[in-house]
Order: sequence, then structure tokens, then C-alpha cells
Amino acid sequence: MAVTDHTVDVSHAMISTPVPPGDWLVVTPIIITVLGGVVCLMLRKHTKIQPRIAIATLALLMLSNFGLLARVLDKGVVTMVMGQWLPPYGIAFSVDATGAILALIASIVAFATALYGVGDSDATARRYGFYPFLMLLMTSVSGTFLTGDIFNLYVWFEVLLISSFGLLILGSDKAQLDGAVKYGILNLIATTLFLIATGYLYGLIGTLNMADIPRSVLTLPDKAPITTVAMLYLLAFGMKAAAFPVNFWLPASYHTPRIAVAGVFAGLLTKVGIYALMRTMVMLLPVHHAMLSGVLAVVAVATMISGVLGAMAQSDLRRALGYLVISGIGSMLAGIAVSTTLALTGTILYAIHSIIVMTGLYFVTGMAVRISDTFALRKLGGLYGKSPLLALAFFILAMSLSGLPPTSGFWAKVVLVDAALKAGSPWLAGSILVTGFLTTIALTRIGLYAFWRGGPEGTPDGTAFAYAQSHEVATPDVSAAYTGMWLALGLLVGLSLFIGVAPNGLVAIAKTGVAGLIDPSGYIGSVFGSTGGQL
Amino acid sequence: MNTVIFRTVAPFLTALMVLFSIFVLLRGHNEPGGGFIGGLIAASAFAIYGIACGVQPVRRALRVHPMSLSAFGLLLACLSGLPSFFSHVGFLTAHWVYPEVFGVDLALSTVIVFDTGVYFVVFGSITSIALALEERESD
Repeated sequence: MAVTDHTVDVSHAMISTPVPPGDWLVVTPIIITVLGGVVCLMLRKHTKIQPRIAIATLALLMLSNFGLLARVLDKGVVTMVMGQWLPPYGIAFSVDATGAILALIASIVAFATALYGVGDSDATARRYGFYPFLMLLMTSVSGTFLTGDIFNLYVWFEVLLISSFGLLILGSDKAQLDGAVKYGILNLIATTLFLIATGYLYGLIGTLNMADIPRSVLTLPDKAPITTVAMLYLLAFGMKAAAFPVNFWLPASYHTPRIAVAGVFAGLLTKVGIYALMRTMVMLLPVHHAMLSGVLAVVAVATMISGVLGAMAQSDLRRALGYLVISGIGSMLAGIAVSTTLALTGTILYAIHSIIVMTGLYFVTGMAVRISDTFALRKLGGLYGKSPLLALAFFILAMSLSGLPPTSGFWAKVVLVDAALKAGSPWLAGSILVTGFLTTIALTRIGLYAFWRGGPEGTPDGTAFAYAQSHEVATPDVSAAYTGMWLALGLLVGLSLFIGVAPNGLVAIAKTGVAGLIDPSGYIGSVFGSTGGQL
Repeated sequence: MNTVIFRTVAPFLTALMVLFSIFVLLRGHNEPGGGFIGGLIAASAFAIYGIACGVQPVRRALRVHPMSLSAFGLLLACLSGLPSFFSHVGFLTAHWVYPEVFGVDLALSTVIVFDTGVYFVVFGSITSIALALEERESD
């Protein structure tokens, strides 16, 4: 090997312009979570240190995502190509406002989960990797929101599947393994369909860079089977997002893991599917998206109504919440079906709202179970007397999920209903409103049974009731446990209220994001520069 | 597989295979080989040792848990991307230095650090799976 002649002209293959340090914010979410995760993994016997590392790491992640959002709002789409290889050959990370805001909200929820986990994860769960898996989950969720390459998106989905699988079976009991198998198989089918679709897409247009796909699709001949690809993406991401009728994995698995895990799953996993659906259908394949919008609208209504009816029929707190996650997905799909700027803004707002509120509701459930030691609505009761603060948190989150002011859910629903009416589909708007009403009934039922009445079924009026046993925390750091759990819940409730009172900033960010999805010229320019990347 | 011949040969075989795995890792720089296949060879070396002498001696010989080795590999791989920050290029861009050691130009790069990371990730994860499986059968 001649090492001396290592100066070759690489300008045809590699980017020669220097990368400003601020652009590193695009990859820091990945770096931070990987580093935090591996340190936790190496220290997994030290169960008291792990939460500190995790909380510090996820706080850093939040800061980094704040910085990223600020930079994206300031400079437009930010792109970094791994290893300096020229796109479309190099793998690009491109972040627009949609990706940045979702990544930020996801990191806040993960931070809350790490705080809640102080009280919810016992020493065994920590040794089996609760915190490393949580951080790996955040690596993959961040990767999904930030990547600009559709095959890379697939890789992050796989990482997501692995880490969520690990989190699901932390306790290794029978119900968890059963839930994990259902979850795992159905999600594996979804990722396989995603991979097949991506393979077809590559076969058709020869590129997988998301900035390159929209314009390459336009040059395809009429007979090209790109509609098949669009259908496959719709099916794969529909499964991921838990859209009717491919959502049976969610109620089958979400009631099994520990509450911190169920909370972060309910918040993040399905929304990742919604994000992928927006990215592929709205930005990459808009023509076929318009063709499939009727299908999407029907699916949306079915998902909304079936979800909320399921929630009303359940007598188990966790199962009811699982159905409410599905119902929310329906509203987001309605926005994607209508697909005007306003409707997609509504979808993003709803996704953000749902991430915060669903996680919060699971945390409330977890804390209710600490008092009562049961998830069954029949055996619950009198929680208002035991913990008025918890009842208040539940009340605010329930209002938010039902779409009542002054909470985040109100604005998301207002925008969605407004968009549906303006786009001339009153039945879609009507379904959103009916779903909101039914959600109120479902949550009122839970509130009435679990919080308001004096005690479990059969308790006579006016008698004081005490639970036989309360489920005390069994964590290595008991004193910090309750502080962590209340802080986590307070953060989420506060955020929902804050968005409800001052939604303007968020709406503006969502609008910027949607504008970038509908007209991706800024995205393309960011990846390929002024030359347009014509080699 | 509890024969005298196998038990006698296994430690030497293991040592040889680990040596070979490192050779494959380094050779992978410019020729067929690399961290992934090197890690697999090293993992199979310890699997053989485990089959011959039981899982406990393997765990003792490794000193640290294979899962930690795996984590260390991911740490290395991730750190290998960081020098790019200081030279204003994209994450994971290759950096090369050519120090002269005993009159020979030695090509060192961040790529080999990344590949070593891959080696440890594969070695650690496959070994912990293999040991877990062997433990069920023998103990």
C-alpha cells in the first residue's frame, strides 16, 4: 500500500464546505442518548446511580432539542450528512420544524418517564435494563424524527422495536411475555412491510433520500407501480400507529408492562407511526396520498369511534387507557386524510397533545394503583379522599383528552374540526366532536368510579373506607421515589395547561412544519444546496 | 462434549481463535474482514470454551460481563464520530493520521476505532446469548 499518495480529489464524492458547529445539534440527540445508555448499561449493577445518569442525560437531550428547534426556526431545515459523503449517497439527517418539535416533546416525556421511573422501577427492573432501554428507545425515537433517509428510518424503527421489546418484558411474567409476543409479531410484520415497500421504492427510483424521492417520483412513467408502494406504506405505518383495523396489538399488550413503560409507549410509539405516515404520504408521495385520502378518512373515523367505544366498555383502568390511545390516533388520521395546511397543523398539535396527556394519564393510573393495589374499576373508589392532588391531576388530564378548555386538547380539536369543516367534510368534523363527547363519558365514568364515589362497589354511603393494603414503592431510593413521580406528573399536567393557555407559539411552529411538508423545496434545498444536487 | 481431547484442546483453540479474530478485525481495514466477522469469530471462540469447560470458567476468564463489553463497543463506536466536530465536518467522517513507527508509515484512523467498537458489540452480545443458552443446558 502506498500511503504517501493519500491526497486525492474527493470533491465529486464528498462535501467540501465546512459544517458549522450548530448543525451538530442534528446528531447530538443520538450521541447523547447512546452515550448515556451505554454508561447505564455498564453500571447496571449500581441501581442507585442509574436514575441519576438517566435523568441528567435526558435533561441534556431536552436542552439539545430546544437548541435544535431554535436553530430550525431561525435558519430553516438543518441538514447534516454522515461522513461528509454527498447526498443522495451519504445518509442525511434533515430536520424541519415538524421533526424538531416532535423530538422536543418526545424528549420532555422521556425525561418525565425517567423521573417517574425513580419510583416505578425496582432494583430488578433496573438490573434488567429499564434505564438503558429507555435511552435506547429515545435514540430510536429521535432518529426517526430527525433522519432524512427512508432506509435509515427503517433502521430506527428496528431499534425502536428492539428497545420496546426489552422494556415490555422487564418483569418477565407470563402476561408480559404474552403481550410482548403479540406486540412483537404484529410490529415485525409492519416493519417487514415497510422494508418491502422501501425495496420497491428503491427499485423504482433508485434513491432513498427523502429530499430526492419527491422529485424522482415525478419523473416516473405513468404505469410505474408507485401506488402499490404508497399502499404498503399506508398499511405498515397504519399498523405502527394503531389504526383500525390493524390495531389489535395495542390493547393486547399495553396493559402488561410496568406503568412507566406503558406511559412512555402510549405517548411515543404510535405517534412515531403518525409522523412516518405524514412524512411519507404528505411529503414524499402527495399525489398518491390524495388518491388514498378517502380510505384514510374512513379508517380515521373507524379508529376514533372503535377506540372510544372500547374505552367505555372496559372495566380495567389500563385497558381503557389503551383504547383511548387508539381513539386519539383516529383524530390525527382525520387530519392527515383532509391534508390541508390547517388539518395537518391540527394533526401535529394533536400528536403533541396526545404524547403529553396519554403519558400523564398512565402515570396517574400508576399512582392510583399505589394507593389501591388494583386496576379494576369495580374495586377502585374513594381516591379523591385519599389524594385530592391526584384527583386534580386526573381531572385536568381528562379535560385535556376530552378536548375541553383551558388545556392542550382543546386547541388540537378546534383546529382539526375547523379544518374538516373548511375542507367540506362535515361528517369528519362531526365524528371528531362525537368522539370527544364519548371520550368525556368514558373518562367521567373512570373519574366517578375511581375518584368520586366513597369506596369500591358495595361500600355504603357515608362510611369511611380504607384499602386493605397499599402498594408501597419497592425501589432502591424510597425517599426520592415520590418526589420523582409527582415531579413527572406535575411536568406533564403543567405542560398541557401551558399549551392550553398559550397555544400561539406551538401553532406557529406546527404551521411552519406543515408548510415544509406540503412544499418540500426548503427541505430539498437544505440537502442538495443551491445546485439542486445534479451530478 | 465432555471428552478429554476436546477439553485439552479447547483453551488453545480459544486463544488461537481470539488471535485470529483480531487479525481479521485489523485486516478488514483494506481487505475482506472487519469488526463484525471478527466479533463473531471471537464469540464462537468463547462459545467453544464454554462447551468444553462449562460457562463459569468462561465468565471468570472474561472478567467483565459480556453485556458490558457490548456497551463498551457502542461507546467506542459513538466516540469515534466525535473528532469530526473539531474539524468542522459531518458526524462519523473518517480522520487519518500517519505516524512513522520504526520507519514504517502506519495508517491509523477513526474508522478502525469504529470497527473495533463493532467488534466489541458483536462479540459481547453474541457471547452473552451463547453463554445464557449453554448455561441452561449444562448447569
